[in-house]
Amino acid sequence: MFETLSERLNGVLNKLTRRGALSEDDVAAAMREVRVALLEADVALPVVKEFVDKVKERAIGAEVLQSVSPGQQVIKIVHDNLVEMLGGSLAPEQTALMLQVTPPAIIMMAGLQGSGKTTTSAKLGKRLQEKDKKKVLLASLDVRRPAAQEQLRVLGEQAEVSTLPVVQGQMPVAIAKRAAEAGRLGGYDVVILDTAGRVTVDEDMMQEAADVAAAVNPHEVILVADALTGQDAVNVADQFNKRLSLTGIALTRVDGDGRGGAALSMRAVTGCPIKLIGVGEKMDALEEFHAERIANRILDMGDVVSLVEKAAETIDQAKAEKIAKKMKKGTFDLEDLGDQLVQMRKLGGMSGVLGMLPGVGKMKKQLDSANMDDKVLVHQAAIISSMTPKERHNPKLFNASRKKRVAKGAGVSVQEVNRLLKMHRQMADMMKKIGKKGAKGLFGDMGDMGGDMGGGLPPGLEGGMPDLGPGGLPGLGGPGSGLPPGLPPGFPGVKKK
Amino acid sequence: MSDTDKESRVKKWFKGRRSDQNTASELDTDKVAAPAPEQPTAPPAESEDTIEPAPDKTSFFTRLKSGLSRSSSKISDGVTGIFTKAKLDETSIEELEDLLITADLGVETVAKITAKLSAERFDKAITADEVKKFVADEVATILAPCTKPLTIETHHKPHVILIVGVNGSGKTTTIGKMAHLLSQQGHRVMLAAGDTFRAAAIEQLKIWGERVGAPVVASQPGADAAGLAFDALKRANQEAYDVLLIDTAGRLQNKRDLMNELEKVNRVLKKQDDTAPHSVLLVLDATTGQNAINQVSVFKQVADVTGLVMTKLDGTARGGILVALAAKFGLPIHAIGVGEGIDDFQAFDPQQFAQALVGISETPD
Repeated sequence: MFETLSERLNGVLNKLTRRGALSEDDVAAAMREVRVALLEADVALPVVKEFVDKVKERAIGAEVLQSVSPGQQVIKIVHDNLVEMLGGSLAPEQTALMLQVTPPAIIMMAGLQGSGKTTTSAKLGKRLQEKDKKKVLLASLDVRRPAAQEQLRVLGEQAEVSTLPVVQGQMPVAIAKRAAEAGRLGGYDVVILDTAGRVTVDEDMMQEAADVAAAVNPHEVILVADALTGQDAVNVADQFNKRLSLTGIALTRVDGDGRGGAALSMRAVTGCPIKLIGVGEKMDALEEFHAERIANRILDMGDVVSLVEKAAETIDQAKAEKIAKKMKKGTFDLEDLGDQLVQMRKLGGMSGVLGMLPGVGKMKKQLDSANMDDKVLVHQAAIISSMTPKERHNPKLFNASRKKRVAKGAGVSVQEVNRLLKMHRQMADMMKKIGKKGAKGLFGDMGDMGGDMGGGLPPGLEGGMPDLGPGGLPGLGGPGSGLPPGLPPGFPGVKKK
Repeated sequence: MSDTDKESRVKKWFKGRRSDQNTASELDTDKVAAPAPEQPTAPPAESEDTIEPAPDKTSFFTRLKSGLSRSSSKISDGVTGIFTKAKLDETSIEELEDLLITADLGVETVAKITAKLSAERFDKAITADEVKKFVADEVATILAPCTKPLTIETHHKPHVILIVGVNGSGKTTTIGKMAHLLSQQGHRVMLAAGDTFRAAAIEQLKIWGERVGAPVVASQPGADAAGLAFDALKRANQEAYDVLLIDTAGRLQNKRDLMNELEKVNRVLKKQDDTAPHSVLLVLDATTGQNAINQVSVFKQVADVTGLVMTKLDGTARGGILVALAAKFGLPIHAIGVGEGIDDFQAFDPQQFAQALVGISETPD
């Protein structure tokens, strides 16, 4: 739907071919795009402004590394700051729930209607009971929504967590006190209070929540908020924080396809750590928060940054250079193919590599349905290692009996050996062609790592995986881009259309 | 004071085309549909199946205004702040953009509006009021084609309304309020508790059924939602109900399996009546940001959504995403939810909404 940040930044910074430090103008131009990207990800405007100003300061004068494009450099800076702001540098004990108190520890859940308080309460109860071996009591203080108390009771049953028996007509403060009391007497470690959903402008309801908090003095007050929330996130977080002194945030519906900018907004406004995220409808779909992941999502960058880092780590530069040279000459043999397969596996297989590329959000589904099986990589590497060096250098040697031997050695069928040979042949042909055309930029300049990657998807991928058949994914190639040169055409495991 | 005018506009919500009643009585019943505090006891001509308008503390518009004014006052103050003296220049346009963005209108829509403003007025002196009016008019123009009350066609036996949406958007509550309004208008309403997944969703709908006086078709938790919808339609048809409201479980639009399930509900309904469901309403939470665009896009594709209902406009959320949605999809916006009460549910009025959004308090008489 939206242009990815990398596309935007590249548009802006393309003219910036020189290297060196980022100038004020470059940064200003880039930050305008960053601003739009953050807004589209639903980060609240005041937070965006604050963030952009902060990043601007840090980015001006930053050296553009030899190996990345200016656009990528900016993304890295933005990304690092996002992670930091989301609480990436917080110590684990700062993001954990405070349970080391004289039992019972009381956790109060608050939030707007429909943010997922009841479900999160039950999930949390189950999690604390199973993972932390705590004895948990759930209590619903929601006397407003029809059947809300019943809902928590049923969820408690499903999660095998005790719930406070419902007394009809009892008011929230009284229920809270009764729950605390029952927690004490019943030897519970944790009491979770699920409160009614409320809008922050409803003074009576906000007062009620404050009264509950005053009555039982909870150790944790968690704001449960929908990850799909838009600009309103700042108001909500601010108001709840003012009235209830929040200690943490639980973000729900993180399994949706929202970009989750609300996380940043809420964290920035309240200063509270995000302690939990809801990632599904199942009772155990509650996880710890990872700043890194949400940062990636907000930027919708896949993970350009880690792709560059990972690639630099794993690709053997010298080998890649050698392969590039060979490809130009068209003497790409099975040995080289084997090296590539190994490198691809290091990068996390086909889907791993593609998953790290920006803009893959919309392609993810197609990728999944394209049936990319990383086992194929393992099999193929095995086939190649079952060959003699002679065979690897000269695939023409292969006759039926050699093939049979290799198949046996690799534990695969002869057909698979044939397929690999065919794939190699096509690859070698294609590379010869490309080599002749002298596709510079793709296979050329080694130092210009990532120079082509910032341009979003390689041409073959644009418009969503049109054809992964012969010649597919050519742009992924080139040692310069940190990826194994040219994915094999007709790469097995990638279904042709 | 144009209040009465607006009140009557509100009453147009749910124009029931009841073939068995004459138009005069229809108008009267419609009048009762929306509580009008100024004439709270206006008795309908025939009161056979209408209910006394619920005693109402604050009129809807007071509530909507107070709801929206919270959002708009900020915009309004901001706009006034920017434009009192200045000529329309780039900085002020940028700031106007920002202000609209905080209402969730979305970058794209905001850019369109401000581009138009700057094309017409750039470098000219312009007052805050003019800017507000300009923006309100723009917003209203975008929203206008989407203003269509939900029409109950009683020649369908029954008119089947499927309610869909993501988790926690307010589907069940919306059904409760709709059932209330429809039965007030004289329709015989049946409810189907199609959310067999969420704990106590069935109980929740049953309580609404009791409040409203509508029968609820339900099965066991975990039962097949499509099967239930099928049974409910059969029963509603046999017992000659006018409207069948089917609740569904909340689902995130990126969950393929759950979306398939929704497709199945649709398919199964068509087996009995190939025109069913006659309305598919997507319930959107006003606090939702840009993801609402994805929601509409996917639900529309999977479930043939015919209209939108926006809930939770009683909070600080602005619901500005409706503007973006209107521009992009043009789906009718049937109603808005403004609270948890049974009457907190009203027709959508683009003019009102647009003016409230930018902070024009009242149109002078």
